[in-house]
Amino acid sequence: MSLLDVRDLSVVFQRRGEQPFTAVDKVSFTVEPGQTVGLVGESGCGKSVTSLAIMGLLPKRGNKVSGEVLFDGADLLKLRRDDMRDRRGRDIGMIFQDPLSSLNPVIPIGVQVAEVLERHQGRDRKQALREARELLDAVGIPDPDRRLKEYPHQISGGMRQRALIAIALACKPRLLIADEPTTALDVTIQAQILTLLKQLVDETGTALIMITHDLGVVAGLCDTVNVLYGGKVVERARRHELFAQPRHPYTHGLLNSVPRLDSIRGERLHAIRGSVADNIPWGEGCAFAPRCDNVVDACLEGPPPLEPTATGGDLRCNNPVSEEVAVP
Amino acid sequence: MLRVIVRRLLQLVVTLIALSALIFIWLRNLPGGPVDALLGERATPETRALLTKALGYDQPIHVQYGKFMQRILTGDFGNSIRTGDPVIEVIGRAFPATFELALAAMVIAVGLGIPLGYLAARWRGRSLDHLTVVGTLLGISIPIFFLGYLLKDVFTQNIHWFPPSGRVGIGLDNTNITGFFVLDGLLTREFDAAADALWHLVLPAFTLATIPLAVIVRMTRASVLDVLNEDYVRTAEAKGLRHRTIRGRHILRNALLPVVTTIGLQTGALLSGAVLTEKVYNWGGLGTLITDSITGSRDYPVLQALILLAAFVFVVVNLLVDLSYAFIDPRVRVR
Repeated sequence: MSLLDVRDLSVVFQRRGEQPFTAVDKVSFTVEPGQTVGLVGESGCGKSVTSLAIMGLLPKRGNKVSGEVLFDGADLLKLRRDDMRDRRGRDIGMIFQDPLSSLNPVIPIGVQVAEVLERHQGRDRKQALREARELLDAVGIPDPDRRLKEYPHQISGGMRQRALIAIALACKPRLLIADEPTTALDVTIQAQILTLLKQLVDETGTALIMITHDLGVVAGLCDTVNVLYGGKVVERARRHELFAQPRHPYTHGLLNSVPRLDSIRGERLHAIRGSVADNIPWGEGCAFAPRCDNVVDACLEGPPPLEPTATGGDLRCNNPVSEEVAVP
Repeated sequence: MLRVIVRRLLQLVVTLIALSALIFIWLRNLPGGPVDALLGERATPETRALLTKALGYDQPIHVQYGKFMQRILTGDFGNSIRTGDPVIEVIGRAFPATFELALAAMVIAVGLGIPLGYLAARWRGRSLDHLTVVGTLLGISIPIFFLGYLLKDVFTQNIHWFPPSGRVGIGLDNTNITGFFVLDGLLTREFDAAADALWHLVLPAFTLATIPLAVIVRMTRASVLDVLNEDYVRTAEAKGLRHRTIRGRHILRNALLPVVTTIGLQTGALLSGAVLTEKVYNWGGLGTLITDSITGSRDYPVLQALILLAAFVFVVVNLLVDLSYAFIDPRVRVR
């Protein structure tokens, strides 16, 4: 049994007096124990909303979540609010994008780590702080004794993200969701944080859902990758296959638009034309069609189905990129 | 921290000196004066001159001010022109009444305002929220004297829940130790007196509390709404923390920062409300003393001391607010 089995997860935002907006559209994917799974796509493709829906952290009002999120076979979407509260932080940890705003500015780092241990492991404050010190040490924060008493504004961005990782992993969860964990950091720090994450999930056997728009992050970390476009999974493949043979024109475009050190000087970067604003609703065809180089008539007749590929992945495309013209 | 306190206390002294000069000059430039007030219109010029000289008002204003400051430094604020009693005594008699009233009003305003503001924010867009928004708008816009007479009419004439005016019931022999009647009643174990004093306090305190209450509710609501959208609240939820931990440690602690400032400013502004409230409920405190000192006799010494006292309270309260700010928010401490 998969650790996490997301089936037909949909999130529809509905504000009074406005058209409903489908942010996540029947997304399905699985995460095996210890596996690292990527959710990739550009801003607005529904990857963060997916993670918040799994965690039960979407606002109480103004949205409708449907489908199933089976964690160990139990549907998280059907859990009572308090039962979900018991699981968050204990079974599933989460790391967010902006480490400064994600930490409470008026509470010492130590307490922010300790409180999750107090909540889920029944530790008293003293013991929890002792363990928090070890956790800070484990995530590579120098001089942890001093950091325990310091406030978020007193430590660097990289250290803040390390502290957030310590919080998320404090209770040794079986699943960790990292939502763009390196986006707000310097490039040099990004590499350190990714290395740390990789090391920690390897050591603890924690499964990881990595949400990112950065294919470099995917390349270094993920076992399987789900590419999202317009709220739907458009391609799913193992990392190796995805980079070697991107089949969906969108994935292909993403990979092509990554600047490469070995490209010829003066060569223009490839960009996917248009923007998300050009999307057509999935009901009328493929949302990506207006931006797609491979578009055929069938693309505007209805949404293409998600079909298994020969290499064991899934693909939602009428006219995939042929295997020969794959990225060099 | 100590340096901050010392610096603020020095600022306080400078503020008070500047203010005392302003008050001194302003009062003496008002038309009419204590001499007219005491002697009436038909007094002869000779009598006027005599009294003016006796009170020292014939001297140049800077000389008068110098003498005034000299006496203040020795703790002597002069004598009331109206009664002849030392100003300190006159104010000392009226102070507990107003302090008791103001304290009760702030307890109501803070004690109700913060929970109400929090609940309104939590249930944004629902009926409680709408009710609070409308209610606070009314609270801010209804004049105190109007509300005072309205409450008095309803609760003392139509339904006899509360006494209409004064601080104690007639014929109740309460012992006066501190001047705070509720406290006195408790200290002397005259519980009936304490209850009676508390009973008298309810309507005036609510009347005086309306504006600060409305302001605090609004401020808390807006501030909590801001904090609810903060990423660290989402982090706290992602940790699976209990609701009360998130509310107390993560939401309110951050949301109350601007509210604390508001509480300070509102406390300072209470005196102006007290003047009207005391008038409505015949409450013999500083507010009554101020009106009497202006309208009756232009009682310069009493007025000067009262305004200085008000300024002193305002500055001290806001000093306390700033210090508590530094206590709550570590980001302020470094400066």
